[in-house]
Parts: sequence; structure tokens; C-alpha cells
Amino acid sequence: MKALAWRFGGLAVVAVMIALWGEIAALKLVSPVFLPAPARAWTALWQGFAHADLAAKLFGTIRHMIGGWLVASFFGVALGALVGSSKAAREYVAPTLEFLRPLPASAVIPVAIAMFGLTPQMAVGVIGFGSIWPALLASVHGFAAVEPRLLEVERALGLSRWQGIAKISLPSATPDILSGLRLGLTVSLILAVVCEMIAGLDGLGQWVLLAARAYKSADIFAGVILLGAIGFVANASLRLIEARALRWRGRRTG
Amino acid sequence: MKALKALALPAALVVLAEIGARAAAPSDSVAPPSEVAAAFVQALADGSLVTATRDTLMSAFAGLAIGASLGLMTGILLGSLNVLDRLMELPLELLRPIPSVAVIPIALVALGFGYRLEIVIVAFACFWPLLILSRAAVDGVEPRLIEVSRALRLTPLQRTVKIVAPAVLPRVFVAFRLAAGISLIVAVTVEIAVNPQGLGYEVMTAGQALRPDLMLAYVLWIGIVGFAFNAGLVFAQRRLFGQAARVEAAR
Repeated sequence: MKALAWRFGGLAVVAVMIALWGEIAALKLVSPVFLPAPARAWTALWQGFAHADLAAKLFGTIRHMIGGWLVASFFGVALGALVGSSKAAREYVAPTLEFLRPLPASAVIPVAIAMFGLTPQMAVGVIGFGSIWPALLASVHGFAAVEPRLLEVERALGLSRWQGIAKISLPSATPDILSGLRLGLTVSLILAVVCEMIAGLDGLGQWVLLAARAYKSADIFAGVILLGAIGFVANASLRLIEARALRWRGRRTG
Repeated sequence: MKALKALALPAALVVLAEIGARAAAPSDSVAPPSEVAAAFVQALADGSLVTATRDTLMSAFAGLAIGASLGLMTGILLGSLNVLDRLMELPLELLRPIPSVAVIPIALVALGFGYRLEIVIVAFACFWPLLILSRAAVDGVEPRLIEVSRALRLTPLQRTVKIVAPAVLPRVFVAFRLAAGISLIVAVTVEIAVNPQGLGYEVMTAGQALRPDLMLAYVLWIGIVGFAFNAGLVFAQRRLFGQAARVEAAR
């Protein structure tokens, strides 16, 4: 009950902020070229869906984001499992990974353009490269940090290496992997937008940049609202999956 | 022995790249490491590398300073005032998922190309980690310390400066390190996407000029700058906070 009251309080604050935004726009404290009134942004959003191809742009961005993320997650977790579960591999590979990690993924966009041209494959390559790091590093850590006694159990039961990974290490590393995947999805949304801006691929990145070039601030805000919505839904749904998949953990630790 | 093992993979990759690129030559997208090294030396000699690095770092640092201090102040405010914190929860939840690059077009229309565009976007990106982690840090201050401040009859400002700030400093620095890494990434991203200056732009032009050697040299240099930046901050963290920082980071 109390939580609900706070929720309503939060909603009221949001309403006040939108009203304030409308007031600032109406009084033209900020030039309407930069800041459209909320009503104008809202209209632009529906007009975009009804008369322009905003829906296609929305799905384009989602497709790029999910496509690259799936590639990154698959290779990230697989590679992370290989590297993380072997001490020798960690010693050889981990330092290189640490060097590559702070490299801005967007820096490889020109390289990817030179290799693949301005194609959707380029976007998948860049997004895959950029969002592989959270998944990879988290699963290296997850597989490396398996409780030693569980590994002893694995040995005592005479499990093969693959059985050990599937039955002992993977469940134990799941919390790390899931939080890595969530971070990776955030990164892939950012990179999807950047790729669309540069390569002119169908998506919201292209939409907002074209709107900026035409000084259509309402269209920009419509695109930004949708991008925020994608980020919100993506994050919330992965959190939900995390909470469900890790229910056993909550029970144990209380 | 450990260092040798660490260097084995990069060395093998360089040799493979040299052989592979020479086999593929002439190419518009790959260049052998020897030519990349030559292009790097040339860019260093004619000063373009230095100028670009300065532009990128200046924007990144300015954005980091602005975004981090705003985030820190907001975080401390929300962490100390419970009512405000609960009320702002929903608005922040709605604003936070907006990807930093989505702000580019808005800032572009309002500010045009240049340093300001880049600084605003870096600041937006650096604002969030500081806000969230410092809010959590203030929230997690040992309640007995707050009781002490009450017993000493400190004013809220005194309490913030004398009790809360030193208590949260190690965790805030962890957040700052995170934001510093983000600042460089975002600065380069903005340059690659729209802003015609700095390291990101140099990579872009080298690629468009079909100079894979120069392009790869810049990419490698961006990696080195990022790595050195991060290493410097880790070192500072160890020196400043010692054991406390390690414990806090693990939490």
C-alpha cells in the first residue's frame, strides 16, 4: 500500500516535469528549434507511426540490437567457458582480453566499414564485437570462481569435462553470465544506433540524425523517446529473466 | 614467466596478421603490422596524432568533470533525503535507459559541431554511474556514524562534509573510475558518429581515405590511451584508498 503511494508520488513528479517542459516550451525560454513542446513531440510520435516509416525504423533498430547481441552472447559465453574453466588458458588469454576491454567498440566501426562496406553485416559485426566483452569477461569470471568444493564433487562423481561444465560450472556461473548479458544488451543498443547513424541503415539512429539535419526537433524527440523505451523494456525483461532463473539462489541465501 | 605467457598470444596474433595481410595485399581494409607501425610513427611525427589525442582527451575530461560532479551532488542529495529519493525513483528509471548516443542529435541541433557537443554528451553518460553509485554509497553509510553526528549536533551540511563524504569516498572513486572509462568511449563514439575532430574522426577519415595502415594505427593508439587511462586510475585508487578500495570494489 505504501509502495503504491510512493509510486503515485513518482508519477506526480513525472507529470510535473512534463508540465514544466511544456511551460518552458510555451514561454519559448528555449528556442522551439531545439525544444519542442511535449504535445508536439507526442504528435510527431503518432504521425511517425501513422504516416512515416517510424515503425520500420523501430523494428530495424531492435533487429540490429538483438541480432548483434545474440551473436555476441553465444560466442562470449562459449569462449568465456573455455577460458574460464582452464587455468592455463586464463594465464595466456586474460591479459590480452584486459587490454582489449577498454577499447571503444565504436573505434572498430571504420575498420568494419572497410571490410564489409555499409551493410547490415557490418552492423552485426560491430555490435557483436562491442557487446561480446561484458558477456565474455563475466563468464570468464563466473567459470573461474566456481567453488572449489563443487569441483571436488565433480571429480568424486567422475563426471567428464563436458558433464562437469553443464552440471556444475554453468549453473554456478549463471548469475555472472546473466548480468554480463544484460550489460551487453545496453552496449548493443548504443552501437546499433551509432552504426545506423554512420552507415544510414534503416533504424532509429538514422531517423534521429536525419531529423537533426532537418532541424525537426519534434521528430528527434519522438525517436529519443522510442530509444529510451527500447532500453527500458530490454533492461526490464532481462531483469525479469534473471529473477526467475536465479530463484534457487534467493531461497538459499535468504 | 607470467609476463611471457601474457605476451604469447598478442605476439602470435601480430605474426599471423603480418603473414595474413601480406598474403591479402594490396587491400583497402587490412595492413600488415609493420606498415601500421610505420604509419603510427609518421602520424606522431607530423603532429596530427598529438592534436587529435589532445582534442579527444580535453572533451572527455571536461565532460567527465561536469557529468561526474553533477551526478555526485545529485547522488548525495538523493541518498541523504529519503523522501526526495522515493519521489525521483520513477523519473530516473524512465530517463536512465536513454542511450547516451541518442542525445547526439538533440545536442547537435542545439550546439552545432565542436567541443561543446562532445562535452555535453560525455557529461550525460558520466552522470548516471556517479548518481547511482554515490546514492547507494550514502544510503549504506554505517548508521552509527549518523548517530554520532546527531550526538555532536552537526548541521546537515557539516554532517555531509565531515561524516558522509569521507565514508563514501572509496566507493565514489570506484564509480568515478567507471565513469572515466565511459568518458573516453563516449568521446570517441561521438567523434566517429558526427563530430569532426579528435581521434575518432581521424580513424574515420583514414578509413575513408583507404589508408588501412593509418586507420589501424589510430585504433591501436585509442586502445593504448584507454588502457593507460584505466591503469592510471587503478593505480591512483590503490594509492589513495589501499585496502578499503579493494573491499569496496568487491562489494
